[in-house]
Amino acid sequence: MFLLLPFDSLVVNLLGISITVLFTLLLVFIIVPAIFGVSFGIRKVYMKTLLKIFQWATLRIERGAKEKNHPLYKPYVNGIIAKEPTSLEEEIKEIRRSGSGKALDAPEFELSDIFYFCRKGIETIMDDEVTKRFSAEELESWNLLSRTNYNFHYISLRLTVLWGLGVLIRYCFLLPLRIALAFTGISLLVTGTTVVGYLPNGRCKEFLSKHVHLMCYRICVRALTAIITYHDRENRPRNGGICVANHTSPIDVIILASDGYYAMVGQVHGGLMGVIQRAMVKACPHVWFERSEVKDRHLVAKRLTEHVQDKSKLPILIFPEGTCINNTSVMMFKKGSFEIGATVYPVAIKYDPQFGDAFWNSSKYGMVTYLLRMMTSWAIVCSVWYLPPMTRQCDEDAVQFANRVKSAIARQGGLVDLLWSKEGEGERYIQGGATETLQQNDCRQP
Amino acid sequence: MRKSKRSRRRRASPTVRSLACTVASPASTKAKMALLDLFIRTCCILALLSREDFQRIPELAINPLGDRIINAFFSEGEDQVNFRGFMRTLAHFRPIEDNEKSKDQNGPEPLNSRSNKLHFAFRLYDLDKDDKISRDELLQVLRMMVGVNISDEQLGSIADRTIQEADQDGDCAISFAEFVKVLEKVDVEQKMSIRFLH
Repeated sequence: MFLLLPFDSLVVNLLGISITVLFTLLLVFIIVPAIFGVSFGIRKVYMKTLLKIFQWATLRIERGAKEKNHPLYKPYVNGIIAKEPTSLEEEIKEIRRSGSGKALDAPEFELSDIFYFCRKGIETIMDDEVTKRFSAEELESWNLLSRTNYNFHYISLRLTVLWGLGVLIRYCFLLPLRIALAFTGISLLVTGTTVVGYLPNGRCKEFLSKHVHLMCYRICVRALTAIITYHDRENRPRNGGICVANHTSPIDVIILASDGYYAMVGQVHGGLMGVIQRAMVKACPHVWFERSEVKDRHLVAKRLTEHVQDKSKLPILIFPEGTCINNTSVMMFKKGSFEIGATVYPVAIKYDPQFGDAFWNSSKYGMVTYLLRMMTSWAIVCSVWYLPPMTRQCDEDAVQFANRVKSAIARQGGLVDLLWSKEGEGERYIQGGATETLQQNDCRQP
Repeated sequence: MRKSKRSRRRRASPTVRSLACTVASPASTKAKMALLDLFIRTCCILALLSREDFQRIPELAINPLGDRIINAFFSEGEDQVNFRGFMRTLAHFRPIEDNEKSKDQNGPEPLNSRSNKLHFAFRLYDLDKDDKISRDELLQVLRMMVGVNISDEQLGSIADRTIQEADQDGDCAISFAEFVKVLEKVDVEQKMSIRFLH
């Protein structure tokens, strides 16, 4: 019995030492740089190594498949059916224009004209442009995550071993590390903002609040191993403006907020989110709406306008798409935020799906499942472009302004600019005229 | 960040639709393998589609015949269509292959024959299912297709002229046989077929 004792203390000692070493490393390499906003470049080296491994893995799959004479399942990037280049909208416009132009002779009609619409309708049922945007993008090369690979059975032993090693690293090493970091980040945020909230209002409070927020968001960024490249930082949003961005996942907030100090807009939640929200609002004025207030558009618009008109208040961060899109295109922007009349600072966010798909398919995964998927991916790589500010011209209405901003974002991020919105909600935008009448707004000059 | 809590209604994912359509075609082995993989993954064999699921497709909403095409999937009095019924309707749009033309003269006519394709189109006109296209039904379709820019009189005259040209037995309506006769020179096979890319 007492033979075990020296071993016991040895094991305990080893455990203690390794935990201390781990935490010191964590502190030095991750938390301290986060506080000061510097980076050692470890993540970039990590990314390069991973890329090399992925290329090798893809070559192996293709070679293996060729040897066994199995056809590879290539994702249908361009759709599964042959379509004509003109869209239905253009054809309808053409038909109606030619019809009204000939006032004297009757427009020509054949019984067979119906065939075109019939076929187009069935084609859209089979494969339409819009619904493709709401499921995750399919990759051409494999990134050692089985969730993105449909050719999984055609791999060799070496590749399986590598994949197994990948699973081990991701679930047993990276996942606990990331959870520890996330935990640290969130608790620091809550305690930090609560403490700062007790200070009297003034420059000191603002300074501290800004740095507490930035520090905690940077720790969260490292918790997700997000490798972000910011472009054109001179166009970053300023006080009294609205920052709009395209929306792919809830992580967008963390990505943008780790580089700038914003006021958030959102619904009051319960649980952990609610705790975080209540703590954050003590340190700086975020705009949180009760569930009942969200339905009242005028109240929402009023509060946002009040916030924006106070030049000392922070820029508001808004995602006008209203829902998460799979980052291959930009959907229609809801016009509410564009009616307020403030300067709009557009931001384009584009993720690189090769290291981990950040898209949140909210009808398929819940929030916790989604976060777990994020934390067990290799990394989240994205680029953020800050576009020059835009204001609404006097001769355009809110919808046209929203579309102008949307096109700018789509162009910069290399995303497709689509006209459709996800759920309808009584706001379907059909080419040629909006279905809702817009109120007259006085346009403000900057 | 605004998130609305939607009820998690089950709706047919795009993969169901795409795989349904490849099953309806004389698919290659490669496509069949891919289909089976997707099928097992989505487990959609028990899924049912309702009218709302179709109406969510934006490009179908602006199609003048959108509602009628949706109705073509559902049989009389039914509000839901299962996978089999979905496939049967889509099978009308399979291209007609040469080797099928002489294959089975004694068996039942395949769904994608010229006659069945024409019948599908005929049913889009014929709302009350009395096997005749009346003047009113024709007017309705015309109105949907040309929009609001043409006056009622003009539309009426177009409809009258079309019926006059097609009608042979003098009942001021177009029956299926007359419909087929009018369209005998039209390349129905090409206009009512959808080709798959593989």
